[in-house]
Amino acid sequence: MRNAFIRALHRVAECDARVVLITGDLGFGVLDEFRSRFPRQYYNVGVAEQNLTAVAVGLSLTGHVVFTYSIANFPTLRCLEHIRNDVCYHRANVKIVSVGGGMAYGALGFSHFATEDLAVLRALPGMTVVAPGDPVEVERLVPQLVALPGPAYLRLGRAGERPLHAPGTEIVLGRPARARAGSDVLLLSAGGMLPVALEAADLLLADGISAEVTSVHTLKPLDAAAICESAARFPVVVACEEHQIEGGLGGAVAEALMEGGVATQFRRFGLSGFPRGVGSQERLRSVNQLDAGALRLLVLRLCGVSAATPQGARSSA
Amino acid sequence: MTPSPASPPENVQADLAALARLARDIRLAVLDMTRRAGSGHVGSVFSCAEILAALYGRVLRVRPEEPDWPDRDRFVMSKGHAAAGLYAVLALRGFLPAARLEEFYVDGGSLVGHATTGVPGVELSTGSLGHGFPVSVGLAEGARRLGRPWRVYALLSDGECDEGATWEAALLAAAWHLDNLTVIVDYNKVQSYGLVSEVVPLDPLGAKWESFGWAVREVDGHDLEALLEALDPERWPVAGKPRCIVAHTVKGKGVSFMEGQVLWHYRTPRGDEYARAVAELTGAR
Repeated sequence: MRNAFIRALHRVAECDARVVLITGDLGFGVLDEFRSRFPRQYYNVGVAEQNLTAVAVGLSLTGHVVFTYSIANFPTLRCLEHIRNDVCYHRANVKIVSVGGGMAYGALGFSHFATEDLAVLRALPGMTVVAPGDPVEVERLVPQLVALPGPAYLRLGRAGERPLHAPGTEIVLGRPARARAGSDVLLLSAGGMLPVALEAADLLLADGISAEVTSVHTLKPLDAAAICESAARFPVVVACEEHQIEGGLGGAVAEALMEGGVATQFRRFGLSGFPRGVGSQERLRSVNQLDAGALRLLVLRLCGVSAATPQGARSSA
Repeated sequence: MTPSPASPPENVQADLAALARLARDIRLAVLDMTRRAGSGHVGSVFSCAEILAALYGRVLRVRPEEPDWPDRDRFVMSKGHAAAGLYAVLALRGFLPAARLEEFYVDGGSLVGHATTGVPGVELSTGSLGHGFPVSVGLAEGARRLGRPWRVYALLSDGECDEGATWEAALLAAAWHLDNLTVIVDYNKVQSYGLVSEVVPLDPLGAKWESFGWAVREVDGHDLEALLEALDPERWPVAGKPRCIVAHTVKGKGVSFMEGQVLWHYRTPRGDEYARAVAELTGAR
């Protein structure tokens, strides 16, 4: 996703001189090419995220479209009040980019995880919140974010994720993207959980359950009508995210379903507390019951099907 | 009206007298606004009244009749709690009708207690300290990117120099050689809950800014001639560095019972305090 972002940024920077990237001293090996190709559109403000954000606002108020770039929580929680007061209140054209959404930085540990960002950013007035599920979504959404005036948050994973959407799939900001059709359960996914949801759908097929998987890449504004319409067709709906279960995709969908009068069986699949363990993102997903196996068990339980290995599944209930 | 950068010498005294009247009128307007509204921060405005008068009466290239003029100088009230002073000087300069000052801080009003946009001439919404200055750094760099001649001025409080974000911005502005940016620190020595010397001492404040790579001048922040010289980049030209004016001021300046008092960071003039303050301000003329 990181590389897809850089590719997309190259394209927008090339044809739009207003586009500027500011990094908070991160991007070694990643931003090198951008820096050398677009020296006039690149800044490094050092390890200073409050300043990163506020300077971006100043530049945006002079007509620039400014991307702030850092990792994990650094460009969001570290400088949250600057996002609220400077970016959001002034409806500044600032796009906040975080690499390493969820537990992508694995063994680097909790300080380098972004697992509350979606909930926190979603609460800010006027903030568009985007968490793409694969590199295809990233490439399609970046130019749409540039075209959309005002604040946005783009949560990326890491490098090396596989493209999951079929070639030619239309990806539109604000509109959930179906990645797989199904008839028994609906798995809604935010960000990097898309491959986990698809893998769980594969596993469930062997259990005789057909799962539809939809990437809700835009958490705000949430397409509540589409979510409700889609959810109403399924007896079981699960929202999946590498994020605390409070206030992220699960919270957003719960709000939409409740207000939309959709009384389906609904569960949030995410983290409850700081993740445990040491290791890769895959390892941590497994340790923290956030992998395809755990998702399968949750779905089986909700569907009333007994699993061969019932222990270990954890729902948000 | 766009003030020209240099006056003929014979007009200097008249000019200074006019600016002194503007500073007095800012104080009088703010006394009235805060009494009506039951609000505070009188002392915080009084310490920077001459700074605001020098900027809006003389230095800033702004057009009251065209507040969004693209090439205007940008003034950012980073010490957003002194908003009443900003609204007052904007009204006195004709950006908004004087009657609108009655809408400050009251139910159904239109002027928020901390500097908030939506008012002609208010460049940025502030209030939480350590925000306006770093945004100003972006504004100054934006001017440079666009090749525009406008300058950026940010007025900071001394308490604001406790904020880490202030020093993040100070480092960067020097690294970027932003010589179109001027910071004024209203060093009135009294912060929100005590004397600066007792809470977190800032001295030597000028040396701190200097060591961060800024060109620094320390002036008496109530001396209009000294302020005019320091604020005007034609009279204090600095190439390749941002400029910092440490303005030594007195909290509550101009009213004897307010001067240097932490109380007047908060207190609303009541009882005969209003009349006594008005008498001191007008009698002093």
